[in-house]
Amino acid sequence: MRDFSYFRASSLDAARQAAALPGTMLLAGGTTLIDLAKCGVAEPDTLVDITHLKGLDRIDVNERGATIGALAKMGHIADHADIKSRFPAISEALWQAASAQIRNMATIGGNLMQRTRCPYFRGPANFSACNKREPGSGCSAIGGVTRGHAVLGTSEACIAMYPGDLATALVAFDATVHLGERKLLVDDFFLLPGSTPDREHAIEPGEMITSIEIPSSAAAHRSTYLKIRDRQSYEFAAASAAVGIEFEADGRTIRDLRVALGGVATKPWRARAVEEALKGKVLEPETVRAASRLAVEGAVDHGANHYKIELAPRVVARAILKLGETA
Amino acid sequence: MTLELSLNQQPAHTRQGSSIGQPLTRRDGFLKVTGAARYAADNHPSGMLYAVLAVSSIARGRVAALDVEAAKAHKGVVEVMTPRNRPALAADPDAKDHPFMFRLDLLQNEEVRYPNQTIAVVIAETLEAATEGAALLSPRYEALPARVGLDDAESFVPRGVGVGNPAVQHKGDVEAGLKSAKTRIEATYETPAQYHNAMEPHAIVAAWDGDKLSIDTPSQGLAMAQGRISGLFGIAPQNIHIRSPFLGGGFGSKGMISGPQVLGVLAARLVGRPVKLVLRREQMYGPVGHRAPTRQTLRMGMDGEGRLTAIHHHAKTASSTFDDFFEPAADASHTLYASPAITTSHEAVRLDTGTPLFMRAPGEATGSIALESAIDEAAHACGMDPLEFRLRNYAEVEPMTGKPFSSKALRECYSQAAKAFGWASRPLQPRLMRDADGFLTGWGVGTATFPAIMFQAEARAVLKADGSGLMETGAQDMGQGAWTAFAQIAADGLGLDIDQVDFRAGSSDLPNAGIAGGSGHTATAGMAIHNAGAAVIARLADLATGNEASPLFGADNEGVVARGGRLYRRDDENRSESYAEILTRAGLTEIEGHGKGAPDAASQETYAKHAHGAVFAEVKVDPDFGQIRVTRLVGAFAAGRVINPRLVRSQYYGGMIWGVSFALHEEAITDRRSGRIQNANLAEYHVPVNADVPSVEAILIHEDDPYVNALGIKGVGEIGIIGTAGAVANAVWHATGVRPRRFPIRIEDLLG
Repeated sequence: MRDFSYFRASSLDAARQAAALPGTMLLAGGTTLIDLAKCGVAEPDTLVDITHLKGLDRIDVNERGATIGALAKMGHIADHADIKSRFPAISEALWQAASAQIRNMATIGGNLMQRTRCPYFRGPANFSACNKREPGSGCSAIGGVTRGHAVLGTSEACIAMYPGDLATALVAFDATVHLGERKLLVDDFFLLPGSTPDREHAIEPGEMITSIEIPSSAAAHRSTYLKIRDRQSYEFAAASAAVGIEFEADGRTIRDLRVALGGVATKPWRARAVEEALKGKVLEPETVRAASRLAVEGAVDHGANHYKIELAPRVVARAILKLGETA
Repeated sequence: MTLELSLNQQPAHTRQGSSIGQPLTRRDGFLKVTGAARYAADNHPSGMLYAVLAVSSIARGRVAALDVEAAKAHKGVVEVMTPRNRPALAADPDAKDHPFMFRLDLLQNEEVRYPNQTIAVVIAETLEAATEGAALLSPRYEALPARVGLDDAESFVPRGVGVGNPAVQHKGDVEAGLKSAKTRIEATYETPAQYHNAMEPHAIVAAWDGDKLSIDTPSQGLAMAQGRISGLFGIAPQNIHIRSPFLGGGFGSKGMISGPQVLGVLAARLVGRPVKLVLRREQMYGPVGHRAPTRQTLRMGMDGEGRLTAIHHHAKTASSTFDDFFEPAADASHTLYASPAITTSHEAVRLDTGTPLFMRAPGEATGSIALESAIDEAAHACGMDPLEFRLRNYAEVEPMTGKPFSSKALRECYSQAAKAFGWASRPLQPRLMRDADGFLTGWGVGTATFPAIMFQAEARAVLKADGSGLMETGAQDMGQGAWTAFAQIAADGLGLDIDQVDFRAGSSDLPNAGIAGGSGHTATAGMAIHNAGAAVIARLADLATGNEASPLFGADNEGVVARGGRLYRRDDENRSESYAEILTRAGLTEIEGHGKGAPDAASQETYAKHAHGAVFAEVKVDPDFGQIRVTRLVGAFAAGRVINPRLVRSQYYGGMIWGVSFALHEEAITDRRSGRIQNANLAEYHVPVNADVPSVEAILIHEDDPYVNALGIKGVGEIGIIGTAGAVANAVWHATGVRPRRFPIRIEDLLG
């Protein structure tokens, strides 16, 4: 086999120090890393196992918000009573993701580091051109099988879709990711491909995700995650929307609105144009549908994924209207 | 050597009377849920090495270079098998002595004919070393453009389709029938390539001992596999012992020995040690057969009463560039609906894929989805309820041949399933039903037929002086429950309680049980078992009735009944004797009898023999998103005598769920530039998950058929998939008003 070193980190500092070395990758639940190693995309020289680090799997929810340790499992967070009541979209995004088996293994830190399902990215033995894998080698996906590729945030170098559900909800509610000393908005943590699709996250060598913080808000409290796909379970989104809403005292006028899209973009996609268009407006189906079209402003399709441009605004509109019904 | 299976570890079954007809749980269930069942890849003979295939990443061309040195230099790699050092074979793997000898890729040269074709085999001390060794080969290719679509090559009319049917068949004058029709429809439907994804990938553990070969591998046809290997290696069949006690699914892919399995045998020969070779999931997409894509056009004419005046069913399909298997999709129109004129025709192209082969209901499944959709369109064009239309065109005799059916309880299937489903309240027009949540709701129906086929099988029965019995036949259990159903037939054939019978199967040193395919295994091997039981009971009866000391003395063979381990005089059941008493008195430790199962040629000439079924489906479609969910499936099936209703129901459920898969999920998606399948994994090659199948009901319709065989068995393995896919498609139309013409039906097809 291809040899690699395995190192079980005994402390956070030891993990960070090890992670600073080239060729080193952190191992938590392993659901992404081992999968990527099997398809030949990840070829680490050293694996640093962080699963034994203490205190990184806590889920704390208080008036200010939720703080979730990087090693908390997707399944635990989805089922957490306070997350379900104060951040329904977070819980819904998680339980609609992956399969029960994967959710019981996968950690939230690893979830943020999940990579695209683009079959060209995942097939190095068969497709040598992939700018995400090998900068400058080209993009095999353009002109190929593209039904699952992004229509938003693409570049000439890469059209790979960001497949995760959780981060879409995190982006909607201004969550931050803690990298030890530094913290970043999740929205800023994910990078657009531009001319450097190999760089997907604003994380530096020696940094490690330690926790995620989601601030409380009325919009997060009244929120939902709507995921549309051909299969009922265990499928990535054809299009999804994380939406949260806060009404004025009249119960009809939108004071605050959060909208993010999944399954359609190269990163978790905050749809601020939709939010701005509807803030201060009375929730009416026609108004919402019209504004939701703004979610796909600037979208570019590659043939088979054209339907996402039609589908995504409908998903956004439904999610907003559904939340309005519960007013 | 026989298999040592502790099939009696499970609690005793509650049961009255005969074994046949009882809903016994699987006798091997205990072994399977405890992990004790040993599948092929679970074997580890001492000194065993691991073989891993290196497969082509191109669809067409040749391998120009392989870095064999790099692979051999890797720690743990023992040998690399390429066309240069592959051991010689006694027969050309490209030879085709008969239509069912399929060409194999056994490293005969550097040519690449499809993606995932084996280009080398790396043999190593560990699986990991062999896997890395295969990657280190870094092949260089001379590639030619791939031809992967139905329009990518020149089409031709194949010499035969399926198992040798004529590609074009006529009855009556279709053009005249269409001309005279009051209403006509014409529609084209496309079905995708589908690939085998049995839970257990093809696996083999092979060990040579001189010219003797020992093999553990999943096989649906032990004797055929033995014969093929015998021919390829030039050794006598009796020198080849294949064990196949359990299969993790076969579905046709394990009917004939595949190239990778033979490569495992070659690898073992090359290194002189036992070798294990297991396909990776993505390596299933090429060398083990698949369901070819089709494009089918149906033209139908109807008179003023909605009676069909003509059916023309045309199918375009594909085979590989190097072998012939043509999905006989249009032949689905031979048996289902009465029409004075029927034409079925096929054309095909040759593509750079592995050779398509048998996949559960080959031809029937693909043909049915198009035929049942078109019948629905025809009913709508006539303004008729689709069930009423089907009954109006009910075939009283086999439409293509005019032969009477040996039995056909399809009317009963329609009426019982329709009643259970609640079909009567269905509105005629589409898009009229909504549920409380606003989902568009639709109901559809599809009809199923599958021929009642028999092959050839043999069995050996033994009665022992201790009163127990033994039944041996080289039958194959693919997971469908053959271990249990055959033991039930054996118990009744021997007149013993099932727990008194040692039933042995799954090994090539047992009598040839034929192939577990064509839904014919239970009938064929079951009849061999039944006849072997009758033969040994006849011998036992001779011993008793010919001996003055027996209370049965004087009764001839017809005059005794075997039951519960005793023979009784038919005319006086107070006079009986146990098997043990009869054999002990005769001074025999055991007696044996042999039996055969085969189709009856005379009744074959006279009768059309088919199983039938009707499936009703409810779907709900989100009006904004085009997201389809099947909410209910109700099927009723008439397939002759049911040996074990629990197992039969399970077969129907599995088939019906596969029908949902056909309609809504399964599709191999090919990159047209490279010819590579881009979703060759279970994350992206979709089949239904539990959440996609909330309610499935299968109704067993009683059917006595004296003509198919003495046991009255028709076979249930494939009929469940037929009809269901069409029913789902028709329900989607009824929900949305959009007629699906391309499968699987996707969100984008209904977005509007």
